[in-house]
Amino acid sequence: MTDLSTSGAAAPRGPHSSSLLVQDANTRKRNAAESRFRLYGVIAIAIAILALFALLGSILYNGSSSFRQAFVVLDVYLDPAKLDKDGTRDLEKIAKVSTFGYAPLIAAAFETKFEDPEIGVEGLSAKNAAKLISKEGPAELRRYVLANPDMIGETVQFEFLASGRIDGYYKGRVTMETAKLDKNVSPEQLQLADQLKEAGVLAIKFNTGFLTRADASENRPEAAGLGVAILGSFYMMIVVLCLALPIGVAASIYLEEFAPKNWITDIIEVNISNLAAVPSIVFGILGLAIFINFAGLPQSAPIVGGLVLTLMTLPTIIIATRASLKAVPPSIRDAALGIGASKMQAVFHHVLPLAAPGILTGTIIGLAQALGETAPLLLIGMVAFVRDFPSAPPEGFFDPAAALPVQVYNWTQRSDPAFVERASGAIIVLMVFLLIMNAIAIVLRRRFERRW
Amino acid sequence: MSFVKLTASALAIAAVSATTASARDQIQVAGSSTVLPYATIVAEAFGENFDFPTPVVEGGGSGAGRKKMCEGVGENTIDIADSSSRIKQSDIDLCASNGVNEIMEVRIGYDGIVFASDINGAEFVFTPADWYNALAAKVMVDGKLVDNTNKTWADVNAALPAQDILAFIPGTKHGTREVFDVKVLEAGCESTGAEEAYKAMGDEKAKGCTALRTDGVSIDIDGDYTETLARLTANPQAIGVFGLSFYENNTDKLRVATMGGIVPSTESIATGEYPVSRPLFFYVKKAHLGVIPGLQEYIDFFVSDEIAGPDGPLAAYGLVSDPELAKTQEMVAAGTAMGPLN
Repeated sequence: MTDLSTSGAAAPRGPHSSSLLVQDANTRKRNAAESRFRLYGVIAIAIAILALFALLGSILYNGSSSFRQAFVVLDVYLDPAKLDKDGTRDLEKIAKVSTFGYAPLIAAAFETKFEDPEIGVEGLSAKNAAKLISKEGPAELRRYVLANPDMIGETVQFEFLASGRIDGYYKGRVTMETAKLDKNVSPEQLQLADQLKEAGVLAIKFNTGFLTRADASENRPEAAGLGVAILGSFYMMIVVLCLALPIGVAASIYLEEFAPKNWITDIIEVNISNLAAVPSIVFGILGLAIFINFAGLPQSAPIVGGLVLTLMTLPTIIIATRASLKAVPPSIRDAALGIGASKMQAVFHHVLPLAAPGILTGTIIGLAQALGETAPLLLIGMVAFVRDFPSAPPEGFFDPAAALPVQVYNWTQRSDPAFVERASGAIIVLMVFLLIMNAIAIVLRRRFERRW
Repeated sequence: MSFVKLTASALAIAAVSATTASARDQIQVAGSSTVLPYATIVAEAFGENFDFPTPVVEGGGSGAGRKKMCEGVGENTIDIADSSSRIKQSDIDLCASNGVNEIMEVRIGYDGIVFASDINGAEFVFTPADWYNALAAKVMVDGKLVDNTNKTWADVNAALPAQDILAFIPGTKHGTREVFDVKVLEAGCESTGAEEAYKAMGDEKAKGCTALRTDGVSIDIDGDYTETLARLTANPQAIGVFGLSFYENNTDKLRVATMGGIVPSTESIATGEYPVSRPLFFYVKKAHLGVIPGLQEYIDFFVSDEIAGPDGPLAAYGLVSDPELAKTQEMVAAGTAMGPLN
C-alpha cells in the first residue's frame, strides 16, 4: 500500500522529467494491469457502439424509404353506365357496385392518357397499365363516389398510390432485370412508369399515409400504414398510465413510509423484485387466462393489452418510486413531523413532491418498456389483421386494435418484399416514440430533481 | 393525485360495465398462416364493400385456430378457424365437449407446395423418389434398407447436378409438413420399394418412411416462408420448400423445380397433374350464424366467384381455385353442417 501515492504522483511526469522515482516491478505490473483494463473498456464500448450503429444503420437503410411513396395523378371519368345504370343516383344501388366494378374506370383513365403521343409502351394494354395503380385505388374511388354521388358523370382528378412493385422500382427494390422474372410486374410497365414520371404524372412524395392509414392485405402493401397500431399503442399506454401509476405509487408509499418492517413486508419486497424479472410472456399467459377466458374481456382489445402491460410495468414503477422516496433525506420528514405535521401530511406535502421527478422518470421508462413489449400481446390476439380504427375512448378500449411492436412482427411474416421496408419503417416510428419518451424523462429529471 | 385516482376508478367502472354489456359486432377469425393472406384479402374487400366492420383475422397455425374455435360458444370465442389441413376427430370431440356441435366445413381452394432454389443456381428436375433418397434416414440399396449416405444430388440421381444436399423443409408444427410427408416422402418411399421393405420388417404402417436423416442435410424451419427464403439466400446451394403463393410473389429470387416432370402452377395444380398440393379450409361455428352480424355474408362473399373464382383476387395471389366451387357456394348458402369424418 505504501507505493500507491508515489506511483500516483509519478504518473503525470513524462520521460523527460528528471524524476528520482524508479518504479519497481510491482508498480509497473499494477500500472500495466490498469492500462489493460482501460483498453478492455474502450474495446467493449467500441463493440457496443459498432453494434448500435450497425443496427441503426440497417434499420434506417431498409426503413427510411417507407416514408416516401410513388403517387400517380389520373383524371378518372366516373362513368354513369358502370356506376349508376338507372341514373337514379340511388345510394343503395350505387353501393351495389363493388370495388371490383371500379377497376375498369382506372383502365379507361389510362386509355385517355395513351392518347398523348408521348405516353404509351408498345404491347401494353390499358388494362395492364392499370396495374400500375394500387388495388387500393378502386376502393378509394368507391368511397369517393359513395360520399359524392352527384359527381357521377364528371371527370375527377385523383391521386392514387402506385402499386408496390412500381414503388419498389423507384426505391431500387425492383429493376428491369428482376421485372423480367417477376410475375407481378413487367418491364413494359416500368417503362410506362418512367414515361409517366417524365410527364409529371407519377411523383415520389412524403408518405403521410404510412402514419395514418390502417393495415392492408398482402395484395396492396403500398397501402399499409401504422394508423391503427399507433392508436392501439396509445390507448394501451393510457390504460397503463391510469392504472400502473396510482397503484404503483400508492403501493410504494405504503411500503416505504407506513408499513411496519417485518417478515411479511420483506417477502413482498423480494417478490416485487422477482416480479420485475419475470419473462413478459408469462404476463401474456396470465392475461389470456384471467382477462379473456375468465373475465370475458374481448380479444385483440387495447384494454386487455393495457391491463397485461400494467402488470408488467408495476414492479418497475414500484422499484423506481421506492428508490426516489428513499432518496429524500430523513431530515425533511423529521422537520415536518417536528413542527406538528401528521405522518400523512409529512409524506404528501413534503416527501412526495420532492420524490415526484424520480417517480415520473421511473414511470416514463416503465411506459417506454411497455410500449416496445411484444411477447405478451401475441397471446391476447393483438397480432391480428385489424383494419378498422378503434372508436374514441372509453368504448375504443374494447374495440380490436393492433400495437406498434406486433405490427412489426406481423409485417416481417408477409411474403411480399415491400413489407420488409414497411416493417423497418415501423421500427423507426417505434424508436422515435421511445426516444421522445426517454428524452422527456431526462428533461424532467434535469429540471426538477433536487440533490442533497 | 385525485385526478389520477378519479380516472383510474372511472376506467375500472367502465371496464366492469362493458364486460357485462359488450356486444361484438366484428367477425373474428384465427388459424393457419397459409390461409391468413387469403383471409386478409377477403376481409379487406368485405369491409370495403359491405356495411359491416372489417373482420379481425389472426394467424397462429391451423391446429391452434381449430382449438380456439372449439373453446366454446359465445362472443368471446372466435367464429371461424382457418385451416390448411382437414379438421381432426380430436378437434371435433373437443368442440363437442365444449358445446360446439355444428361446424361448417368450407373448402376455399387448393395450395401447391413448391421446391425452389436460388435464382442463380442450377435447375432441378425432381421426383418424389429423389427426395426420399436424399432425405430419408434409410434408403434401399441393392434390395436392402441401409443408412442413407448420399452426399450430393448426383448421388441420388445421376441426372441431377452434383450439388451438396441441403434442404430447408417446414417444421413438424406446420400443416405443410404433413403434405410433404404424405405426398413426397411416402410417395418416394413407395416407388423406391422401401415401403415394402419396412412392411416386411414388421413396420405395418411403414412409419419409417417419414423418418428423416439427422446428419444436418435436412433442416426443419419452424418459422414461416420468409425465414426459409432468408436461409436460402444465405445458402444458395440449398433447396427450400415454399407455398405456391409465396413463390409467385418472389419469382425474381427463386427458381422453381419440377416434380415428376410437372412445373407447379395454378393450372397444373387445378388439374391435379402436379402432385404436391392440398386443399385449404375454413371452419365456421354454426351457432354464431345470425348472432355475429355479417358472418353469413362474409362466408358467402368468401366463396363467391368474384373472390374465390379463377379470375378473383385470391387466384391472382396464388390460390388454386376449386373446380367444385359452385357446390361449396350452395352448401354455404344452405348452411349445411359437416358430417362425421370419413
